[in-house]
Amino acid sequence: MAPASAPGARPRLLHPVFLLLGGLAALLVAYHLLYPVFVMQVMCFALLAVAFNLLLGHVGLLSLGHAAFFGTGAYVAGYAAKVWGFTAEGALALAVLASVLLGIAIGGLALRRSGIHFAMITLALAQVLYFIIFQTRALGGENGLQGIPRPRLLGLIDISDNGAMYVFVSAVTGAAVWAIWRIGRSPFGVTLSAIRQNEARMIALGYNVQQIKLAAFALSAGFAGLAGALKVMVVQLASLTDASFFISGEAVLMALLGGMAFFAGPLIGAVVVISLQLALVASPVPVPMILGALFVAVTLFFPRGIAGMIARR
Amino acid sequence: MADILSMPLPVLMGQITLGLVTGSFYALLGLGLSIVFGLLHVINFAHGAFYMLGALAAWMLAQFLGISYWPALLLAPLLVGLMGVLLEKTMVKQLYGRDPLYSLLLTLGIAMMLEYGLLWKYGSAGMAFAPPPELTGALNLGFMILPVYRGWIVLCSVVICLAVWTLVHRTPLGRQMRAATEKPELTGLFGINVPQLRSMTFGLGAALAALAGVLAAPIYQVSPIMGQSLLIPVFAVIVIGGMGSVHGTVLAAYGIGLAEGITRIVFPEAAALAVYVVMVAVLLLRPDHRQRRF
Repeated sequence: MAPASAPGARPRLLHPVFLLLGGLAALLVAYHLLYPVFVMQVMCFALLAVAFNLLLGHVGLLSLGHAAFFGTGAYVAGYAAKVWGFTAEGALALAVLASVLLGIAIGGLALRRSGIHFAMITLALAQVLYFIIFQTRALGGENGLQGIPRPRLLGLIDISDNGAMYVFVSAVTGAAVWAIWRIGRSPFGVTLSAIRQNEARMIALGYNVQQIKLAAFALSAGFAGLAGALKVMVVQLASLTDASFFISGEAVLMALLGGMAFFAGPLIGAVVVISLQLALVASPVPVPMILGALFVAVTLFFPRGIAGMIARR
Repeated sequence: MADILSMPLPVLMGQITLGLVTGSFYALLGLGLSIVFGLLHVINFAHGAFYMLGALAAWMLAQFLGISYWPALLLAPLLVGLMGVLLEKTMVKQLYGRDPLYSLLLTLGIAMMLEYGLLWKYGSAGMAFAPPPELTGALNLGFMILPVYRGWIVLCSVVICLAVWTLVHRTPLGRQMRAATEKPELTGLFGINVPQLRSMTFGLGAALAALAGVLAAPIYQVSPIMGQSLLIPVFAVIVIGGMGSVHGTVLAAYGIGLAEGITRIVFPEAAALAVYVVMVAVLLLRPDHRQRRF
């Protein structure tokens, strides 16, 4: 965690107004210089990574099953938009609700064990969801849900072209990332960090640690589901990959590579990993091999990640 | 859905045999994972890759050197075991004392490099590997027909599980391993080379996985990603068996294998889920069951 500094000591450049303006300028430049669908995908995965790191960075819980929530968000939003004709915000809301409920179920089970066991149980339960999606004919099995429309926002505003979609995705991911940042700095977020640092003491102080962890898990699941739902609106396809271990592994890699002790870490990680995938798309080198090499390099040589290396200077 | 009682006996026995075969692989793989976790506190995500390397090594030995199944059954685990020792000494070792998630992610990275690197070279189409002539054909037991090779897998697995149990519980080396699991510093003070013990344990785990791979080569297709679908159910098996426990792991492995076989008769679509259903049941019924060691 970045040390909390007194308000007066905060560098002027990091003032929220400057950050907001800088972010908007960067988004505008990115839209014109890069392929908008690529930038939108980066935003969705950045949200997934930040949501994942709400658990790992704050509570110290490693979930290897976040694909379950990303996939649930993707399929629920896709199905609601395509089959039930939901509006954009309705599909997103339903996707988040479904992910939160699934998060309570999976979290409730996995939190019965701690540490590495917790990680393995989330992995196994996510695999269950993968099998269920695979076997459900209504969800398209191996083909996924294809040709998902980009529904109107509030039933009125057309966001089907890339420019409008870009503004919509930027606004939603921006708001969600800001919300996660706020949660981290709220009394609840401080409680989470305290649990990571000394769980026994928090129990002794009378906190219901299990319940607080479950709340954090459900929140993280909800934001991961939102990321999946947004991704479906961008690429108009919910695929089996969205619920596969590959996505869970990517979320872990983004947080680890960027630096899980820093709020900006997963954001940096998402940009690097997705850019790398885009760069390798035409080459014969298999992407997972390169990602594996990154895992090895980060764990052995710079466990604090990119943000950690910058902060050390 | 079919009624299990109206099944003809040979069909039922056939599924039970298949279940025992699956259980044998779960047991061999789970054992390696379990003893490595017990001593090193490392969840080895590269275990599926070691299994694949065993099968691939047997295939390569046959393909390029003309070495037959029987020597390969010994050579492939030896080679992969040595590689395991090397990996432990160069990489895994550096992460002891850190949060176990780092070693988990390191081994995941190693697995991805191995699997997709080999996939790049060999492609995902499976390569055929013929069983040795001594183990082909089938035995007619009267009430069922048992393919010899499947019987051999089960026999091999049971013998190896008993051997590993004996090694851990009845030999001086096993005593040192158990001591180092409980109190590594104290064991070291008694003059036992704990780092060496850890390297050997990691190598042993890798060799067991590779042995399972050689056994699997004739009945499953040899492919660089053959270990992926097996690793996650094996994780569930060792969660059920209580991580770090030899007999718990073995019993859970065969139990789950049988449960899968029977589910395949009753409700085939759900066979792959049987292991997770049992895991959830165990988690619900024994919420704070303590992790046993060995």
